[in-house]
Amino acid sequence: MQIYLPIAEVSVSAALLLGLGTLVGLLSGLFGVGGGFLITPLLFFIGIPPTVAVATGANQVVASSVSGVLAQFKRKAVDVPMGVVLLIGGLIGSGMGIWVFNLLTRLGQIDLAVQLAYVVFLGSIGLLMLQESLRAMRREKRGGKRAKRHQHLWVHKLPLKVKFRASGLYISVIPPMLVGIVVGVLAAIMGVGGGFIMVPAMIYLLGMPTKVVIGTSLFQILFVSAFTTMMHAITNQSVDVMLALLLIVGGVIGAQIGSRLGARLKAEQLRILLALLVILVAGKLGLDLLLRPSELFSLFPGAFK
Amino acid sequence: MIRALIILLALALPARAEEVVAGLSHDNIGITASFNGSEILIYGAIKRFEPEPASDRMGIIVTLEGPPGSVTIRRKSRQMGIWVNTDSVGVAAAPSYYAVASSAPLAEILDPNVDVSQRISIPLAMRSFAGPIEVADARPFTEALLRIRQEEGLYHLDEAAVTILENTLFRADFTLPANLIEGDYKTRIFLLRDGQLVDQYRTAIYVRKVGLERWLYTLSRDHAAIYGALSLALAVFAGWAAAAVFRLIRT
Repeated sequence: MQIYLPIAEVSVSAALLLGLGTLVGLLSGLFGVGGGFLITPLLFFIGIPPTVAVATGANQVVASSVSGVLAQFKRKAVDVPMGVVLLIGGLIGSGMGIWVFNLLTRLGQIDLAVQLAYVVFLGSIGLLMLQESLRAMRREKRGGKRAKRHQHLWVHKLPLKVKFRASGLYISVIPPMLVGIVVGVLAAIMGVGGGFIMVPAMIYLLGMPTKVVIGTSLFQILFVSAFTTMMHAITNQSVDVMLALLLIVGGVIGAQIGSRLGARLKAEQLRILLALLVILVAGKLGLDLLLRPSELFSLFPGAFK
Repeated sequence: MIRALIILLALALPARAEEVVAGLSHDNIGITASFNGSEILIYGAIKRFEPEPASDRMGIIVTLEGPPGSVTIRRKSRQMGIWVNTDSVGVAAAPSYYAVASSAPLAEILDPNVDVSQRISIPLAMRSFAGPIEVADARPFTEALLRIRQEEGLYHLDEAAVTILENTLFRADFTLPANLIEGDYKTRIFLLRDGQLVDQYRTAIYVRKVGLERWLYTLSRDHAAIYGALSLALAVFAGWAAAAVFRLIRT
């Protein structure tokens, strides 16, 4: 069944949108990533105008993270104070990111910046995670000693220490705040929730246990993407509620299945899967930059400058 | 006296011996949620005031033109090993949709000068450039615009879509694509003889969003904050409902 989208002004298959939503929701529930890094390029691919794809993707992420975060709350896997600290950083970073985004748009190189950011960040994070998870798995197989839980790095010498009970951490609020800011900046530039950057940052930089990472990341993503949706709706009027609704219906179902599935898989296996997925997306975008495109020209609505 | 009246009448009468009269199967298209393109039939007749001129090259061309919009065409080139958008050309106004239907190949029935003055064929539908052109040759850019839009089905030429009956009645069938945008679609019908324009008829088709589509579109433009809040509320509700439903299923 074809459906005409009022804001995007295109007609697309409703079944296709439901399927897309389910796929992205599944990933969201499984890995605690918003799925923006997948949904935005996929929407471009099926012919949704980029501005509408980015804004509506944010709205879809709100729904799947509400669904995911509720499932995580039930399992007591959300560190709310940590989430709030990350969120404050995220909103500051998002504001800075929008400024950079506008600057790059004026220079006419936003596409390249977004693609490069995807390739560099997704690629390096994916590889790091894969390497780390494989090492962890091998260690477990050999039955050797696991890595020390609390590593005392410079991170632990900073002031403003707070107890994060759910994470079992007693650290300064400065590192999580910085993580939030960096994620916020990248999220605004790349048009994503930023979970794929935040999840590894929480594990490797803040030393949070994997169990609470997903729930806390979803908690932060929920508010940042709600903020982004409002910004887009007010400034660009590019949120397509009809498109969002279809993606959401698929997405919430996918997120529920994903979080159930996630509870059964081992943390290491989850990390390897996420790493492979991230590398795949980065590789695809990297190839797009390297190979000669079949169509050298592209059309953008509106006269530039 | 009578002679003078006849002369006066002759002057008042149209200079042309033939006129086009036409109608549309419908001149209003409502875009609903399930809108999936639309078929339009344009029909008409050629009204004659004297016997048909002895010319075997009569032709009818019907054009349908969607609301114009500005477009930036960018070209990629290889810089330091990667493909980057480097040059661009801005077009101030290019129709969002443009279809040409004719009774015979355009080359046979349309004089190039008439084509230029009336802007009939697809390459001529594109209007002026926006701002100064910063590339040496803008032609590949405009060709790309036409190529991409033709691939998307937005620009379309069918040289056999107009059928003429008895050299008097004609009909043209158009299939409008599903990705139409709102606006007035200018419709022009040209009657040509030996490549020259004899008469033309203009009308318009009004394409409008209706019902829920109209309401959502208006809300998003006029009350953006309410629309944004509605989108968020919908998202939060759907997320919560899904979690609740799945909890019920499990218990």
